[in-house]
Amino acid sequence: MNRTPLFAQHQQRGARFVDFGGWEMPVQYSGIIAEHTAVRTAAGLFDVSHMGEIELRGPGALAAAQELTANDVGRLADGQAQYSLLLLPSGGIVDDIMVYRLSAERLLLCVNAGNAEKDLAWIRDHAGTAEVVDRSAETALLALQGPRATAILARLAAADVASLARFACAEVEVAGKPVLAARTGYTGEDGWELYAGNADAAPLWDALLDAGAGDGLAPVGLGARDTLRLEAALPLYGNDLDETTTPLEARLGWVVRLDKPSFIGRAALLAQRAAGVTRKLCGFALDERGIARHDHAIVHDGSEVGRVTSGSQSPTLGKAIGLGYVPPHCADVGTELEIDIRGRRVRATVTPLPFYRRIQAGGS
Amino acid sequence: MEFPEDLKYSKEHEWVLLDGDLATIGITDFAQDQLGDIVFVELPSVGDKVAKDEAFGVVESVKAVSDIYAPLSGTVVEVNDDLPDSPEMLNEDCYSDAWIVKIRLSDQAEIAALMNAAAYEKFTAEEGE
Repeated sequence: MNRTPLFAQHQQRGARFVDFGGWEMPVQYSGIIAEHTAVRTAAGLFDVSHMGEIELRGPGALAAAQELTANDVGRLADGQAQYSLLLLPSGGIVDDIMVYRLSAERLLLCVNAGNAEKDLAWIRDHAGTAEVVDRSAETALLALQGPRATAILARLAAADVASLARFACAEVEVAGKPVLAARTGYTGEDGWELYAGNADAAPLWDALLDAGAGDGLAPVGLGARDTLRLEAALPLYGNDLDETTTPLEARLGWVVRLDKPSFIGRAALLAQRAAGVTRKLCGFALDERGIARHDHAIVHDGSEVGRVTSGSQSPTLGKAIGLGYVPPHCADVGTELEIDIRGRRVRATVTPLPFYRRIQAGGS
Repeated sequence: MEFPEDLKYSKEHEWVLLDGDLATIGITDFAQDQLGDIVFVELPSVGDKVAKDEAFGVVESVKAVSDIYAPLSGTVVEVNDDLPDSPEMLNEDCYSDAWIVKIRLSDQAEIAALMNAAAYEKFTAEEGE
């Protein structure tokens, strides 16, 4: 099994490990609810070094990214990032990714760990004249997330990170180590994703935890990463997205720039938009006790209409929430559904997404 | 990790407190620790018959669903009504306030198959790693 450069740090902090796509990753340290709460109220530090990093380089880099991704790379200036999708010609989702424009001839794509190999092959096959460089093996990724994240990072950064906008990125020294710091994340909070060389990962991890000790910064495992992203209604590839779901079904129409002249999947999505989708991702909250889990049946008017793609107890809301695909007429907010939990039908109601939205402080 | 001496233990990580033919049943410290934050409990009803080694309830943590197995056979005479409202009690106090059910035993001979505290502690040490 693969291990990240921070494996010893996790052991030292008492982590419990789980196999995640062939990686031995920390699932929790003190406990999922405590870690979740730390991120919502203070800050959390995640090791997500299992994610893949692929660069497109050279004069053909921008054109290749425009063809490969559904969002408009042309809207990015140097030092800006966007959420995007790799699509099949069918419109099915190969992966959901982050695209960082480092320069006009250098774009960094951060991809899901479980898809990294598949994505690399797909990108190589469709990169035109761009050079494709797989940087996954040499790159560590730390996520520092939560309302105290920026203050903690600012203490260790050689440049003014607090003035960077959401979705901006910059190369800065953090605790004396060269880092690509991006104001992005997967938790619904303000925060940072810090790309660093493998050898710098452990000193950075230790320095950040020391710097944030007084703020309540806690190491956070994949367990709370999942509950945090679900509350923020951020999809998880393999659960909520796969090659059979399209962005229009997955409420990711905002990511897809159909006004771009060309990208892989465009024709299929134009056709689907004209015909209308037959199912749509919706969010629901349970009205009775129980917890909806992946693959439980969603029932409407006595018939199964879909399946739960993600479900968990929400630590912030104190109730069970979930996502799942249903026919459009069942996806409106307020629609009454039932979830079949091991043969017991539990009442649920379609709710607005995201389930949780942070209260933004003035100026940050 | 605690292993109270006055209890008997099953391989499915339930504990049993015996008082004649009345058995109070809960989940062990090891079980709650492995599960993590417990957020949901499904209990049987008073009068339900439970059979040794068969599931009679469910506990769910944030991440996982886990059946509760009957360590002994019998009839449910009382359930802990506080648990559905406060499942976190199972993390905080699994050996006393967070008992799960009380059953009237139908076959006291089954008791012989349960472990004492020392044997269970050894069992968990082997299973834990």
